[in-house]
Amino acid sequence: MVEKKIVVQLSHGLHARPAATFVKVATSFSSEIKIVKKEKTVNGKSIMGIMSSAIAKGDEITLIADGADEQEAVNALEKVLLEQE
Amino acid sequence: MEMSQKIIGVKASAGIAIGKAFLLAAPDFQIKMVAIEDTVSEIKRFEVALENAKLDLQGIVTRVEQEMGDDHADIFKAHLLVLEDPELVDTVKEKIEQEKVNAESAVSDVAQVFIGLFEQMDDEYMRERAADIRDVTKRIVSHLLGIAFAGPGELTEEVIVVAEDLTPSDTAQLDRRFVKGFVTDIGGRTSHSAIMARSLEIPAVVGTRVITDVVKPAATIILDGYEGIVIIDPSPEELADYERKQAEYAGRKAGLAKLVHEKTLTTDQHHVELAANIGSPGDLAGVLANGAEGVGLFRTEFLYMGREDFPTEDEQFLAYKQVLEQMGEKPVVIRTLDIGGDKQLSYLSMPEELNPFLGFRAIRLCLDNQELFRTQLRALLRASMYGNLKIMFPMIATLEEFRQAKQILEEEKKGLLEKGIAVSDRYEAGIMIEIPAAAMMADQLSREVDFFSIGTNDLIQYTMAADRMNERVAYLYQPYHPAVLRLIHNVIKAAHANGKWVGMCGEMAGDSIAIPILLGFGLDEFSMSAGSILPARQQISRLSLEEVSQHTEAILSMSTSEQVEAFVKKVLNQK
Repeated sequence: MVEKKIVVQLSHGLHARPAATFVKVATSFSSEIKIVKKEKTVNGKSIMGIMSSAIAKGDEITLIADGADEQEAVNALEKVLLEQE
Repeated sequence: MEMSQKIIGVKASAGIAIGKAFLLAAPDFQIKMVAIEDTVSEIKRFEVALENAKLDLQGIVTRVEQEMGDDHADIFKAHLLVLEDPELVDTVKEKIEQEKVNAESAVSDVAQVFIGLFEQMDDEYMRERAADIRDVTKRIVSHLLGIAFAGPGELTEEVIVVAEDLTPSDTAQLDRRFVKGFVTDIGGRTSHSAIMARSLEIPAVVGTRVITDVVKPAATIILDGYEGIVIIDPSPEELADYERKQAEYAGRKAGLAKLVHEKTLTTDQHHVELAANIGSPGDLAGVLANGAEGVGLFRTEFLYMGREDFPTEDEQFLAYKQVLEQMGEKPVVIRTLDIGGDKQLSYLSMPEELNPFLGFRAIRLCLDNQELFRTQLRALLRASMYGNLKIMFPMIATLEEFRQAKQILEEEKKGLLEKGIAVSDRYEAGIMIEIPAAAMMADQLSREVDFFSIGTNDLIQYTMAADRMNERVAYLYQPYHPAVLRLIHNVIKAAHANGKWVGMCGEMAGDSIAIPILLGFGLDEFSMSAGSILPARQQISRLSLEEVSQHTEAILSMSTSEQVEAFVKKVLNQK
């Protein structure tokens, strides 16, 4: 399992299009992906889970991947979250 | 023989349509919870329905991309992601397995949890996503039940669309070849669906409250957009009656069509300009077909709405250029961004206000958020090379605001020229008059602006202090009230004294009672929905400027709106 704390840089947070991008990238890996914001955990492959957690720019979240390609998954997803559009 | 049924609504767009009803929202499926023993095959049944729903959506995405462009397909791509969402899919499967219930009730229960979650969110954009989940759920359930699901993008024959309401995304998906008219439960004359119907020139009745409850799919209905009446299952007599009216209407339209290429001249050869209000470059076909002599108001908000981020300078430039090029030498008044109040952008968070119509909106917001404003001004300046551009600033209350906006415009112009980017030297910069303070100070403002355009919808509500959307004070929304007319007269007189022209771009400019009054006041340009242009041209061609202007003093000294209206009907609109 790989865990990484990330401060989200996306200028509008994980909203609409970036959320969709995140899900697409997440689903391309076989590992289980989770996002933890405060105490709440959501499935990183769920568009509804992600959008309903309303992650905004500047929020600190923990990205967790568990599976065969966990390191690659965290690297790729970190990129999505740090992008400034 | 069944009796026909008459429903009264709000007349939103003129015309008569006769056709089969197409219920846009699929009827609420009756979902019963049934205990299941063979959960394995129930899960299989759910998976098959899911697959079929995906196939539907992929088909729609392809078709919409081909016919309407990639942007319009985004909403369906989002639906596809929801269909593939593991939180939805796995939770449904678990529920079937553990609770031993049928797939229909499992899907609907799980979806309800998500819908509830999204509906409670503060952000309007997120609340709208609840509708997406509802849509997707219906699609899955319809496959489970074997009931055909009809979405707005899937029409194959001519119909009258019946819906609770039409959202911008619904109308974007409507196949215009097949929609002869539409009827909705909610909405008023200025709701999105009504404005859309007028710009598409299809008859519409909105705000019927009950239409989706009383009309059955494929029932024959008559839609009378002149009177705001809908007749369901008409009798043969009613059908014949309306077919005759429809023919009359077509005849009248043909008569008006002869005026398309005519200039708008009074009997004493005075020319006024009849222009159209538009919301996007797509409206231009209707504008030209109706013989508009210009665009009197291009509302640029639509470029900013229904998307996830600000439009870029290039995107805006292309849209403005397209409109200017297509209009050729004809003037095009483009209004800078007017958001705030009831128009919000999902990607620009604005604090909630107690009085949004008196709050931080339009030019007030643009002068504060200059990056946003400057981007739009650069796009406009670059586009100025391609036609006859007039830039208009909305919601100006004071001279300082205009000066500041003008200075920013000059700075951007200078910046572009320094970079070697061409800017026309004949564009104009004017303001919209919609705040009584600006109308009172028109003499001062007219020394510095190039033109005025009177936005009556807001000017009336600010003058009368009556929210036009509030039914309890709607009686105060009086376009012919002498208070409003005096302000308008003051604006025109002041502008002409300084050699500036005055237009009007509110609903009032196309109103047959207001037209003779405004003509008499000396209004130079009347801008309205494209469909109102030819009737207005016909009306003006029967009026004499000399005659109508003789009554100006009398009208301005009247005491009530009713008195003005009665006078116009009796004296000015006799011919």
